[in-house]
Amino acid sequence: MGISQIIFYMLAAFTLLSALFVVFSKNPIYSVLWLILCFFSIAGHFVMLNAQFLAVVHIIVYSGAIMVLFLFTVMLLNLNSETEPHKPTLLKFAAVLSGGALFLIIIAAVRSTMPAPYVAPQLSEVGYVKNIGMKLYRDYTLPFEVASILFLSAMIGSVVLAKKERFN
Amino acid sequence: MTETVIQTSNLFTPTILIPLLPLLGFIINGLFGKKLGHASGWIATTMLLASFACSLFLFFHLPAGGSETVVLSNWFYFKDIFIPFAFLIDPLTITMLLVVTGIGSLIHLYSIGYMHDDEGFSRFFTYLNLFVFFMLILVMGNNYLMMFIGWEGVGLCSYLLIGFWFKNQAYNDAAKKAFIMNRIGDLGFLVGMFMMLFHFKTLNYDQVAIGALNLGIGNITIVGITLALFIGAMGKSAQLPLYTWLPDAMAGPTPVSALIHAATMVTAGIYMIARSNILYSLAPHTLDVILIVGTATTIFAAIIGLLQNDIKKVLAYSTVSQLGLMFAALGMGAFESGMFHVVTHAFFKALLFLGAGSVIHALSGEQDMRRMGGLGKYIKITFATFLIGTVAISGIPPFAGFFSKDEILATAFEHNKIIWGLLSFSSMLTAFYMFRLLYLTFSTSFRGTDEVKHHIHESPMVMTLPLMILAVCSIVVGFIGLPPVLSHTHSFKNYLSSVFAQSKTIMPAGHEMSHSMEWILIGTAVGLALLSIAFAHNKYVMQKQTPVEDEQLSGLSKVVANKFYVDEIYNAVFVKPIMLLSDLFLVIIDKLIIDLLVHAVAFITSQVGRLLRLFQSGHLGFYMFAMVISMIILLAVQIFVVI
Amino acid sequence: MENSIQSVPQNWYLLLSTFMFCIGVMGVLLRRNAIIILMCIELMLNAVNLLLVSYSSYAGNAEGQVFVFFIMVVAAAEVAVGLALLVSIYRNVASTDIDILNRMKW
Repeated sequence: MGISQIIFYMLAAFTLLSALFVVFSKNPIYSVLWLILCFFSIAGHFVMLNAQFLAVVHIIVYSGAIMVLFLFTVMLLNLNSETEPHKPTLLKFAAVLSGGALFLIIIAAVRSTMPAPYVAPQLSEVGYVKNIGMKLYRDYTLPFEVASILFLSAMIGSVVLAKKERFN
Repeated sequence: MTETVIQTSNLFTPTILIPLLPLLGFIINGLFGKKLGHASGWIATTMLLASFACSLFLFFHLPAGGSETVVLSNWFYFKDIFIPFAFLIDPLTITMLLVVTGIGSLIHLYSIGYMHDDEGFSRFFTYLNLFVFFMLILVMGNNYLMMFIGWEGVGLCSYLLIGFWFKNQAYNDAAKKAFIMNRIGDLGFLVGMFMMLFHFKTLNYDQVAIGALNLGIGNITIVGITLALFIGAMGKSAQLPLYTWLPDAMAGPTPVSALIHAATMVTAGIYMIARSNILYSLAPHTLDVILIVGTATTIFAAIIGLLQNDIKKVLAYSTVSQLGLMFAALGMGAFESGMFHVVTHAFFKALLFLGAGSVIHALSGEQDMRRMGGLGKYIKITFATFLIGTVAISGIPPFAGFFSKDEILATAFEHNKIIWGLLSFSSMLTAFYMFRLLYLTFSTSFRGTDEVKHHIHESPMVMTLPLMILAVCSIVVGFIGLPPVLSHTHSFKNYLSSVFAQSKTIMPAGHEMSHSMEWILIGTAVGLALLSIAFAHNKYVMQKQTPVEDEQLSGLSKVVANKFYVDEIYNAVFVKPIMLLSDLFLVIIDKLIIDLLVHAVAFITSQVGRLLRLFQSGHLGFYMFAMVISMIILLAVQIFVVI
Repeated sequence: MENSIQSVPQNWYLLLSTFMFCIGVMGVLLRRNAIIILMCIELMLNAVNLLLVSYSSYAGNAEGQVFVFFIMVVAAAEVAVGLALLVSIYRNVASTDIDILNRMKW
């Protein structure tokens, strides 16, 4: 078992555990914090996969922007474990059962397409900033620019939505 | 047949201009007719005159015996079937072009005077231009589909123009009758086209001909196609048993009767058969059918014409009779003679109709010949031109009708003596009823009311000029086809020879008739015509007889005057049962079964919807559960159930 | 880092992201707080991202990573709008409990 494998197992365990804590924490603040940790571990996976550019973007976008937004919202709405609503126990069982069933069924579905334990002959270099940049600015220029329009509209939309209405 | 596809040839521009100019006139008049007022008539006439000029250009510039295809676009491909949007210019097309645009221009000019006080003046010219456009498409197309477009288009315009005075319900009924009768024929045409597509994979004239030649003479396929096409011709050209719409079509304004129902549209069937001459010469059985139908029609219509009292009805039955004569000529394989009669007939029948229009105009709308008489003194130009037309149709030399009729009769004599006898009898009847018409209208003394008599006036110059031009043409146009005894060159036949060359090789050519025989035939025909004219003169001028009122008729003459009760028979045999059947279907099938089904479907849908609505609780949690469980089920089905 | 990819079989990534995806689904079903549900959706998106990146790296094809990049773009926009919606809902009903939001029905 090489060093990279050990790192992978540790990261995977950490990822799954933090994901479970996101779901099962009573306090929304804790959920947010666990999710941030989960995202960091995923960024670690990206580094392991030699996708440095995405790892960096992932940390900036998710941990830096999105999770901060979540945190702000949770704090703004003053949510905590006391105000947190809960489902009946029966429904909780049903939810866990459904999730487990989905996992089994997806595994069963992809089993036939699963490749044999496969190891790449050499390290892929596609994740380097240079290569991704080439791809983005050469082949995907238009989607890239359209994405900025999407951001603009999302920005305007959220400002309009969150603004206090003056009429009422 | 040499065919060259030259897009840049000097014939390209005039060729596309010929149909485009009337279309332009149609668009201008259709959009701005109300504002243009009486200018719309002049615009329409100018467009047609320009079109006529283009036709003349083609006539002088097409090399003798040649033909040209002008491809505008590749219209559509469907599997192995390819249909171009193309015009075929050959002598046959040019003949029809000259007739349509030439006579069309004169009739347009005449209409400016005739329709002057009508409130639908610009609408009239809009329709008229549209008609000419479709007629030109009909004669210019290089495949049966193009012909069919024109064929349907002229049918539509005919409908619009018969029902031009749409406030009168009887006129509307006449229009509908014409349209429905034509549709019966059109179905035949369509079936013929489908059969061509099925067997030859093409609708182009030349390729269909090649395909037919490969099948050989008397092949059942060709007989089927030609019969189906002939049914189309029967409807369009008013042959037995589909002729009843044409007399009723006289409900339209008189110029329409002249242009559409005498000179051009009704000859479309003859043009179509002449255009498909190779197909028809390969199907001798169909030719026999055409000969029988044509002969029967010419006699039948001539007999009815004897006792009609409406001036336009007489001319209408005369048209049906003459069309029958043309079909008889086609049925004998004498395609040129049929086309020759189309040309001469177009001139003198247009002249007669326009003359009748002038008479009606003078009498403030009176059409019954029993209320006419003695008009020769008052409207001299109309009388003189009408006389020329009557003489021409009666077959008196040297007027146009004589030459074309004589040619058909001579062919018939060679072909079958009985047919010859019947056709001669029919032309004798024609001479009689035409002179009956002439005498009743223009001779003796006026029989109408004094008020009408007071108003009698000659038509304006814009109406008499076309009459005079047509009269001159009716005299001279016959000389393009002199019989062999008078001249060695039959210029019309020579002109068209390239079109019919191939069918001439298929059909055995008749032996040359001796000159003495021909003189005897001419003598007989002229003698019979003169005899019946003398009889008419004796009856209506010397004895001053006038036809009795409808109520006093009895016996056979009553049957004839009522057109053999054909309309009544059609009503009883076809219309009434169909009405009954549709009432039955309305009650049983529509109201009982279909309505029940429709209502049941609507009821079940709304009830099921009411039930399903209960699932839509509005609880997001429930929706998400439903989604996940559905996903699980879908994946499970995909994995475990082998589809 | 030289041998990082070589020693981890590709299937592990598949299992890992499937498991993560199912945790996300479970969270969506389990919780009533709309913000937590949004976070679980992010979890699911990240599971897919991880899978895409792993396949992209193993196959040596950059398209997968470009796709992940765009998924991030969409996710960021979605979160911004979604949270704005939640704020305005909270303003109206003083709660982010999805079981209260049952007015969208027939």
